[in-house]
Amino acid sequence: MPGLGISFGRGGATTFQQDLQHSDCILIQGSNMAECHPVGFRWVMEARRRGAVVIHVDPRFTRTSALADLHVPLRPGTDIAFLGGLIHFILENGRYFEEYVRSYTNAARVLREDYRDTEDLDGLFSGWDAEAREYDTDSWQFEGRDETLQHPRCVLQVLRRHYARYTPDMVARICGLDRELFLRVARTLCDNSSRERTSAIVYSVGWTQHTVGVQYIRAAAIVQLLLGNIGRPGGGIMALRGHASIQGSTDIPTLFNLLPGYLPMPDVDLTKDLKAYLRTYASPAAGWSQLPKYLVSLLKAWFGERATVENDFLFDRLPRISEDHSHLATVASMADGGVRGYFVMGQNPVVGSVHGALQREGLRKLDWLVVRDLALIETADFWRKAPEVQAGEVRPQDIRTEVFFFPAAAHTEKDGSFTNTQRLLQWHHTAVPAPGDARSELHFLFHLGRRLKALYAESRDRRDVLIQALTWEYPLEGEHEETNAEAVLREVNGYDVKSGAPVSGFEALQDDGSTACGCWIYSGCYADGVNQVARRRPGREQSWVASGWGWAWPKNRRLLYNRASADPEGRPWSERKKYVWWDTQKRQWVGEDEPDFNVTTPPDYRPKEGATGLEALSGTAPFIMQPDGEGCLFAPSGLLDGPLPAHYEPEESVMQNPLYGQGRNPRRLEWERRDNPYHRAWGDPRFPFVVTTYRLTEHHTAGGMSRWLSWLSELMPEMFCEVSPELAELRGLTHGDWATIRTARGAIEARVMVTTRVPTLQLNGTTCHQIGLPYHWGYSGRVRGSSANDLLPLVADPNVFIQESKAFTADIVRGRRVPKENP
Amino acid sequence: MATSGPFGGKLASWPVLRQLRSGDVTGLGATAASARTRGLAARIRTADAVVKSVCPYCAVGCGQLVYVKDGKLLDIEGDPDSPISGGTLCPKGAATFQLVTGTHRLDRVLYRRPYGTEWEVLPLEQAMDMVAKRVKRTREETWEETSEDGEALHRTLGIAHLGGATLDNEENYLIKKLFTALGVVQVENQARI
Amino acid sequence: MPATDPTPRKGFFTDTTVCIGCKACEVACKQWNQLPDDGFVFTGMSYDNTCHVGASTWRHVAFVERPIRLQGQTAGIGDFSWLFMSDVCKHCERAACLEACPTGAIIRTEFDSVYVQPDVCNGCGYCVAACPFGVIDRRKDDGRAWKCTLCYDRLKGDMQPACAKVCPTASITFGDQDELRSKAEQRLAELHGKGVTDAYLYGMDAENTPGTGRLNAFFLLVDRPEVYNLPPDPVVPTKKAHAAWQALAVAGLGMAAVALTAAFSVREASR
Repeated sequence: MPGLGISFGRGGATTFQQDLQHSDCILIQGSNMAECHPVGFRWVMEARRRGAVVIHVDPRFTRTSALADLHVPLRPGTDIAFLGGLIHFILENGRYFEEYVRSYTNAARVLREDYRDTEDLDGLFSGWDAEAREYDTDSWQFEGRDETLQHPRCVLQVLRRHYARYTPDMVARICGLDRELFLRVARTLCDNSSRERTSAIVYSVGWTQHTVGVQYIRAAAIVQLLLGNIGRPGGGIMALRGHASIQGSTDIPTLFNLLPGYLPMPDVDLTKDLKAYLRTYASPAAGWSQLPKYLVSLLKAWFGERATVENDFLFDRLPRISEDHSHLATVASMADGGVRGYFVMGQNPVVGSVHGALQREGLRKLDWLVVRDLALIETADFWRKAPEVQAGEVRPQDIRTEVFFFPAAAHTEKDGSFTNTQRLLQWHHTAVPAPGDARSELHFLFHLGRRLKALYAESRDRRDVLIQALTWEYPLEGEHEETNAEAVLREVNGYDVKSGAPVSGFEALQDDGSTACGCWIYSGCYADGVNQVARRRPGREQSWVASGWGWAWPKNRRLLYNRASADPEGRPWSERKKYVWWDTQKRQWVGEDEPDFNVTTPPDYRPKEGATGLEALSGTAPFIMQPDGEGCLFAPSGLLDGPLPAHYEPEESVMQNPLYGQGRNPRRLEWERRDNPYHRAWGDPRFPFVVTTYRLTEHHTAGGMSRWLSWLSELMPEMFCEVSPELAELRGLTHGDWATIRTARGAIEARVMVTTRVPTLQLNGTTCHQIGLPYHWGYSGRVRGSSANDLLPLVADPNVFIQESKAFTADIVRGRRVPKENP
Repeated sequence: MATSGPFGGKLASWPVLRQLRSGDVTGLGATAASARTRGLAARIRTADAVVKSVCPYCAVGCGQLVYVKDGKLLDIEGDPDSPISGGTLCPKGAATFQLVTGTHRLDRVLYRRPYGTEWEVLPLEQAMDMVAKRVKRTREETWEETSEDGEALHRTLGIAHLGGATLDNEENYLIKKLFTALGVVQVENQARI
Repeated sequence: MPATDPTPRKGFFTDTTVCIGCKACEVACKQWNQLPDDGFVFTGMSYDNTCHVGASTWRHVAFVERPIRLQGQTAGIGDFSWLFMSDVCKHCERAACLEACPTGAIIRTEFDSVYVQPDVCNGCGYCVAACPFGVIDRRKDDGRAWKCTLCYDRLKGDMQPACAKVCPTASITFGDQDELRSKAEQRLAELHGKGVTDAYLYGMDAENTPGTGRLNAFFLLVDRPEVYNLPPDPVVPTKKAHAAWQALAVAGLGMAAVALTAAFSVREASR
């Protein structure tokens, strides 16, 4: 979540779903909230009932649009142009919240003289190394301040210049929309952002799945900082995650480049030893100054007695990353024979990830594959049901991969916690035993680890030191010897090493080995030896913030950066938007929520020269995880593809970038391989149409939890494509009949849905046809169909390695796919 | 299914007979109710336990109530106590009962041997032993102690992991902990997608 | 219903202007009542693949794509709106199915709902032809007539029907008719105040639907009933031939013999 993390300090939604009811305007963009998060959408409906304006900006008219006051269609892949247009409008019309911007953002920072903008370099920022295809970020750094905000190199003025060309006419031209509609969005958003009013922005993977996805979110962050909407009730950026614990999966990351709590994974170049690691990543000021305590406590939790001050807590033995080891890179390596064993747990990559053919090719090259799931999903059955096998191009008897399918326990059959889209941990309890040999992942991992520890017990090889040192003692329960999940949560929370008592929160952690903690941001979830995550005080028995339901990180704060809900002096900006304020009698911060601030630091506190840690932050700095406590309008570090969002076209587009000579994100990740062909950057005559992929209410992602269910499958039984009447006429497509959609990667077939909901757009006088594709189907299950992801290439955002599946190009013709067509 | 059989058991309560006895010729009211109808009750009223849970689909985090009787699931509904969902669910959440009780769920370990053409059933313990041995073998065969420049790597790129985002935090924690200790760095998740 | 019964009349008020077309009601109904699927057929009728209320779909969400602007809304794609409506048995004041049923299988409950007793129904199908809304239907596998029970089993336990409970946006509300009426009137006034003058209530009063009397499940709509696949003027067939009813009731006694010989199996829906 670097988009939010870089801008505000933490990689999570800044607010919570119930808070949307207090919004005066909700801009939903890059999200089809009513369809993909129907129950969360009830809070949008509540806001609307109270008089809020709901705006949906989306290429298609969806079920979300149907309930919005205003729907604005735009070309897939052009949201930065749209958001840049909003920034332009706010700055040029003086609509920004001046006191907020001046006090809480880095608007006054002055950049170095050698900074060059995309305005100067035709779409590149200074520091670009064309050969290495990366930026040197030295010239993006600050060198001073100008409180008047007039200095030509101060952030506000740099921002103004950077977005000077994102005029309403340019937005209309790039996005293919009506200028007046755009202006209506801009005015409505500004009219509802002030001391008295707040607006919220809601996004989802419609923004993340792009080669420049992180910058989409950065652009939204800039809009919300300028309008003074962060940290205030009814404001914020609501990132909607698609899965029960996708937020949890980044907090306690099963991601190659992170350790729990957003600590960076050791890197071969930067972190030779513990000292180098701490020097590289611990900042002198603010929240991240405490990083040494978090890391050392993690190493103590993992390696126990064997981790000592003398051996740097075994830091040196940790594995190092050296390059991109993300999912797509791994798949490419797999297809080349570089990976031999693969664990897939609760995931269905041959349907859900891009380039299904390459995914399956990778699986065929493995020595062994372990799949754990509820049903026999496509990934487990690739060797007998894949399209290549069905077409006779590959024979099962020629596939060497050894495949293990382990039946998994469902959430009703195990204890554990999910972290929802608003950073809220909620506990689910075991209701019934899992059937037969079905087991939880917790069971599988514990017993696999137990076996491996036994296999390595006698080893004297130093490569086995960590597995030998690994603390692996959890209480086991029942005849299946199920791992006690609360014991794991307790370790995640952290404890005093000597007494074993759970710590109350991350403030109690130490860097001397006296505390252990599995994930510092979750510290406090087991405070007082109580599973705080399992708290369930009914909503109706507490305030609307519902602090007694579950437990949110950090420290049960529900609305982040809520210091900003008060003015610099600590008074609410308005009675209507009161949330957290400085109580002059009690001399502390009080309000509806846990203050996201040192509770006793008064608004007039100013740090002394040389102060460190949280004491280095003034009483007016709401973004306590940022080194300077300021919200980032300009991001001098942390992002690989620029300090400010610029509109770049997708990897494959129908249009040349009208803004810059640099058409696409220069830093995007490409995989140049024969089996991963790309179309021309724009205007490829073979693939003249824009495609976007999406989900439907009735199914769940790659279908593993929906396509096997009759009650869901009957609601959406077949793969279909959505096209406009104009495109249908152009290609002779008949409603209800079949069509084949083709890219250089593959061809799929789908039923045709002709509808004006997927409009044909006018781009600068040329016609742009769209094809809409839900991506839920695959070759197994109760209902089967082509997988939209088979059409996509491997290409990704450089910051987070996320695939671009929301905008690409293809062709469509009538009729069913000829089997041979699929490569 | 809530029905208890076509005739509710007793001929004496056959509505026609009751109707004749009561003289309610049109038979549109309570007198026409069969014994089954009169005894109708929501099946969850007899549940042994109501277990608090969370919907496993999207990240809204709706509360669920899981009704259990005799060790079996009776019903799954929204939890009215939840300050987020207030007892409501979406169609997927409403289908959770079928997700966890449906016949699509497998309960035995399946094994497909190299170049095999069919699934075979394996005992769980044996399958776990086999996987552990493969991890050890592959790890040893593909271990990288240092880079070509002599920098510490301490890892294997021969093993990879991809997890779904319906796994619990506690499960993710053990994944990261175990695989990092083994030197497996290619640990990835749906969050990347 | 006995006049002395103190139980208030219950029903549904379905406000289609806040329906998001999620179909949670369809699934929650199937889940609670353990109903089988209707088959897996792509219809091409917008996002509707279950098509209509029937023997195994007791709640059904209709999807209407209109080339007309919705009052109060601006759609960037031109004159267009997408309407959703969750349809259900109306539990009519004068229920055609109940009047047509010769076996006494269909009864009026203490909640004023209309309930088909599966243990009594013999599958004659008279009710199917009689219903002016096309709600009640026979299931192919067991021949009996089925429809929404207003979750009679849940109501007896003081629980609300599954569909109303599950609805994320409170498009479906369940309650006492008096409360529902005032809620509906309030909502209508609110919409009219916002300029949504097309909004009206369907079936709340007998004047609306004289042919069936008031509907215990009534709706707030913004277009003509036909647009939602609702009859503009539903009429109970027996209204015109009420005299024939007594004869039918007697015939019902004869049907009982047929019913006694029929064997039914109850299919497990869950799989």
